Amino acid sequence: MILLPDSASMAIRSEGERSYPNECCGALLGEMDESGARAISEILPIDNGRETEERYHRFVIGPDDFMAAEKTARELGLGVIGFYHSHPDHPAVPSDYDRDHALPWYSYVIVAVESGVSGDLTSWELDADRSQFIKEL
Amino acid sequence: MPVTIQIPTALRVFTDKKPEIQADGATVAEAIADFASSYPDIKRHLYDEDGTLRSFINIYLGDTNIKNLGGLETPLKDGDTLMLVPAIAGGSGPR
Repeated sequence: MILLPDSASMAIRSEGERSYPNECCGALLGEMDESGARAISEILPIDNGRETEERYHRFVIGPDDFMAAEKTARELGLGVIGFYHSHPDHPAVPSDYDRDHALPWYSYVIVAVESGVSGDLTSWELDADRSQFIKEL
Repeated sequence: MPVTIQIPTALRVFTDKKPEIQADGATVAEAIADFASSYPDIKRHLYDEDGTLRSFINIYLGDTNIKNLGGLETPLKDGDTLMLVPAIAGGSGPR
């Protein structure tokens, strides 16, 4: 289960609209309790590291940015619980490309942005055997 | 050569939730292999079917990506700290 406060949801939507027609991306910072429930406290926007001409349908958070996100989370007493990105003019469902590049355990939030306006916002977790995403929000 | 390996949150489900693991090796490759042998469930997430380290798994020695050092053959000394760092990627599909 993931708890995504309205403030974080609105911030992700805003990032998606600001980045349109390109994909935005960033980290989800928060805590996970003993039951496995994740509570997101805030988002950390990260510049899309893909080549300019690919950003309309791809994003990457490189290892340096990943390390910086982990450091920021630790300084806040939080952890990196997952990541978000936008799907410009595309549904808020994971693509095969998303699944191929995902890791287990993390929450992956996707916001659809249609003609510059945010729409559906969903969250997914990769199955342990990497075969599918499980919808959690 | 005893070294410390820092584990990102997502992979701690394979290390009994431990954020740091002690391993032994004269090179990065040896230390990672030693670590993986102690936690076999993590192997498929670190290595592909050919036994090659997956492309999205990066390894830092201190603050430096080993790609900018000697790669997996980078020598280690007592007390070094390695950090496993995944890259995160995705996108809306093959358009």
